[in-house]
Amino acid sequence: MTEIHLTGRPASPGLAIGPVTVLTATVANSAAVGDPAQETATLQAAIEAATAEIAELIATVQGEAADILEFQVAMLEDPVLAEGAYDAISGGAAADQAWHSALDAEISGYRSAEDEYFRARAADLIDIRDRVLSRLRGVDAAAKVIGGSVIAGDDISPSTFLAVDWRRGGAIVLAAGSPSSHVAMLARARGAPMVVGLGPLSWNGPTPSFALVDGDAGTVIFEPEPETRRLFEHRMAAANAARAAADAHRAEAACTADGRRIAVLLNVAAPEDLVGLDPAICDGIGLVRTEFLFEASQGSPDEDTQYAVYRRILDWAEGRPVTIRTLDAGGDKPIVGLTVDGESNPFLGLRGIRLSLARPEVFRVQLRALSRAAVHGALKVMLPMITVPSELDRAAVMLDEEFAGLRAKGIACERPPLGIMVEVPAAALRAEDFDAAFYSIGSNDLTQYTTAAARDVGAVADLNDTGNPAVLALIARTVAAGRKRGVEVSLCGDAAADTRLAPALLATGLTMLSVSPIAVARLKTAIARVGS
Amino acid sequence: MHDVNAGCAAETFVPLTASAVLVNPVGLHARPSVKLTQCAKGFVAKIEFALAADGPWTDAKSPVKVMRVKAPQGATLHFRVTGPDGEAALAALLTLVHDGFGEA
Repeated sequence: MTEIHLTGRPASPGLAIGPVTVLTATVANSAAVGDPAQETATLQAAIEAATAEIAELIATVQGEAADILEFQVAMLEDPVLAEGAYDAISGGAAADQAWHSALDAEISGYRSAEDEYFRARAADLIDIRDRVLSRLRGVDAAAKVIGGSVIAGDDISPSTFLAVDWRRGGAIVLAAGSPSSHVAMLARARGAPMVVGLGPLSWNGPTPSFALVDGDAGTVIFEPEPETRRLFEHRMAAANAARAAADAHRAEAACTADGRRIAVLLNVAAPEDLVGLDPAICDGIGLVRTEFLFEASQGSPDEDTQYAVYRRILDWAEGRPVTIRTLDAGGDKPIVGLTVDGESNPFLGLRGIRLSLARPEVFRVQLRALSRAAVHGALKVMLPMITVPSELDRAAVMLDEEFAGLRAKGIACERPPLGIMVEVPAAALRAEDFDAAFYSIGSNDLTQYTTAAARDVGAVADLNDTGNPAVLALIARTVAAGRKRGVEVSLCGDAAADTRLAPALLATGLTMLSVSPIAVARLKTAIARVGS
Repeated sequence: MHDVNAGCAAETFVPLTASAVLVNPVGLHARPSVKLTQCAKGFVAKIEFALAADGPWTDAKSPVKVMRVKAPQGATLHFRVTGPDGEAALAALLTLVHDGFGEA
């Protein structure tokens, strides 16, 4: 077979090489949902098959591995595990979705455990979940994707992405997709190279078995000739050496060539992002997304679950500032049971703070959990999608009320400073009108609302450019407003990790940038070159 | 009909209670949970446990529910057993906990 060269758009940097796994039907739930009796029988059969599969495996292993598998069998044989799924099915859900949600709820219980050992059991539950899912969805399911492989498909779901062990390498190459998708964001955070917009992946003959992926250039080579592969491996080795050199300096404070100290903070999408990271590499956490808590629990994680997760992140930071964003659902982040379906334009709809103010019973739980967590570190709370000052004022009143309520009950708590995301042009133009404790510029949304070009529409992606002078002017204006009011201004969008933009961003007066952990070393190197 | 009778019969037994401290290193984790539920399932009595003397009570025959409790080392497990073989069940459970589920 001859080499196949395809060019798409880079979505996550880095080079990768590996065997190809083709996702044939990533959206398995597009299949018609059977009646509840059928779906129940389907789920039962899948659980039984998965149990038998594990029981077979037990015979081949010994010691701890066998204990773990016996535990999985015990869990699968317990009818309680699937109770929630059967309930959802009688409510009209498909077997796979019902199982997925029920297990995700169970998994989030483990993830929020105080005890490291119980937290680690989340991996077993994920394994159980995916084993049954692969029975329900066929061979293309997440469980079949081996770590280290190049995943090729039309598009990929965040849950499929998260089910893969990316520490073993690998990459994602998609026919469709967008560099601004949720998965692309996750891929950048985990350091998985990703190329999107390759066009139809149709093979003449058998599907390719091997691929080279260049996430910097946005190119993919299927079935490379030995010489092509050798050259690529050479480049990979050089890139790894360069990264190791940058990593060696990543615990050093970031300074521009002309001596300006720049604070580099982390963006965190899930607590797992922090595993194995040394807090010394950053000046704090600039953005903790909290959507993962709500996705896993179908819209309403309880106060203790949220508190435990927030506290763990604060403990990790060892006194460094941690900015947690309240739920930013809606737009491209729908959450079952919370966001509104069928909005004509979700990006201009009920999302972010608008949704939280519309659902105070959900919002207040989060504010209580945050107030309790604030005792354990330097916590700051920020509100997404703020457009007018009254939104901040209403949220501040709710925070004060929840704080006072906790204190009246004698529960340990503190009232964290409340700041705003500046991502709507209306807020950027009048930032000084907001009584915020800090501003955090969300460059992704600020860019798309300023350029009227959606992040997830490939055809207008060129217009969606944070380097556009209009976007930079809004950033500079926000920085000036912060200076005038004496409050901090940071930037936490993808633009912060785009090293080509570093000079332009720092020219606006910004001194705080927040990026994925994987981008820290690269950003610090880029900062050191600015002003020289 | 059969079930109704069984329910009535169970109610005629007085609940037996006892407690024991978890001594094994990581608490009531995966392997001990499996052992506890396997032991409990060997009896017809209704077997529940809790971390406090007044509950909330958890079905000791369900590994999923037992794991949800996330009982740490040093916690006191309170058992409440109701049924014809209640005494034997309670004795077996206490031995299991005292022995650290065979891994202390």
